[in-house]
Amino acid sequence: MVGIIDYGVGNLFSLQSSFRSLGESVFVSSSREELNQADHLVLPGVGAFADAAKKLTQTGLDTFVKDQAATGKPLLGICLGMQLLFEKSYEYGQHPGLGILKGQVVPMEGRIPSGLKIPHMGWNQLQWQQGNLLRESQGQYVYFVHSYFAQGCDDSLAAVTEYGIPITAAVEKGNVFGCQFHPEKSGAAGLEILRRFCKL
Amino acid sequence: MITKRIIPCLDVRDGRVVKGTNFQGLQDVASPVELGKFYSQNGADELVFYDITASAEGRKLFTDILTRVASTIFIPLTVGGGIHTLEDFDRVLKCGADKVSVNSGAIRNPQLIAAAARRYGDQCVVLSVDAKRVDGHFRVFAKGGREDTGMELLPWIKRCVANGAGEVVLNSIDTDGVKQGFDLEMLEAVCGVVDVPVIASGGAGCEEDFVTLFHRLPAVDAGLAASIFHFGQVQIPHLKHRLQEENILVRL
Repeated sequence: MVGIIDYGVGNLFSLQSSFRSLGESVFVSSSREELNQADHLVLPGVGAFADAAKKLTQTGLDTFVKDQAATGKPLLGICLGMQLLFEKSYEYGQHPGLGILKGQVVPMEGRIPSGLKIPHMGWNQLQWQQGNLLRESQGQYVYFVHSYFAQGCDDSLAAVTEYGIPITAAVEKGNVFGCQFHPEKSGAAGLEILRRFCKL
Repeated sequence: MITKRIIPCLDVRDGRVVKGTNFQGLQDVASPVELGKFYSQNGADELVFYDITASAEGRKLFTDILTRVASTIFIPLTVGGGIHTLEDFDRVLKCGADKVSVNSGAIRNPQLIAAAARRYGDQCVVLSVDAKRVDGHFRVFAKGGREDTGMELLPWIKRCVANGAGEVVLNSIDTDGVKQGFDLEMLEAVCGVVDVPVIASGGAGCEEDFVTLFHRLPAVDAGLAASIFHFGQVQIPHLKHRLQEENILVRL
């Protein structure tokens, strides 16, 4: 059973539908007791890092997510949900993340060649680096929408995508996974990644 | 690198796709769910649903349909038509839309884009513009292209992007329906003043029109069309192979 962590950020409709279309039982909840029953957890997120981190703390779900990750339960962060797994973000100031993975989140501006549009929005290709979740996704196109990306995460880097420079597309370390792209918006390639996550 | 996007647009009235289609193997060519599924399985990179309903009942049907589309199709969905308030944004986003396109709503209330971008993020707000040449100037038209607003195109687009529009769909009334190719001159002018993605609309009649578009204007991010896809004159998988032969990056 997949539990989608609801901390008041973003629209979870498509994410929930995508798991359902795979025949997985899925629920959305903000209750620790309920989420504790799930055997796979998904941390979603869109919008600004600081707002999301604050909401996660206010709901007490920050310690819950860290504790759950430590138990070995498969955890998948998506988009901003992936960025929250890192130590720190430099989006409008400096904000601490969950610190489950080593690395920080930095702006694309000034780091990618000028002339490339920001946000990095659209379909881009995965280049697999390591790990199990994305091994079969090498070369596939998935859908991205973001203006910040993770750096200094060499020990968990699972896939990159090329946007002037290599951009962190996915991370994997033990039972903790993250996708910068939206698997729930990436057609068959994305659904396949979610299906494999559920099989872990 | 990011691919060029090919986007079919579906006009929906009272919950049904307007304009006949002639797909083989589709039971109900007027069903937005069936047609959406067909496109998403056949290479579309994104879908645009445009609600051309006038009545409240029709609008309710549209949101029901949208919910069904969004629970079966897992590629980005943009929704437009009848978006005048933040409540309209809310209504379609809750049904699973990823982006919301505003046209007349932004002309009537120029604050709408700024308010929506603050609440939902720039990436969620798409400015759609109908434009036409009047006395040698590009002018913005409202009400589905029927009414000359008197506004100049480029300042209008710049202002909307500054307010937070994350993407621009440019529909040239001059080339729309003529099927002689996109309005390259107008598109080039728009690409010169904004740094957000620009989607070309209006005028595509054949595959070569897309090849010409992306060759001549590399700054254009996507090509949008309706009837040539619905009538099967251009088939998206074939179009994408053609683009790839021309070294234009596409998702295959």
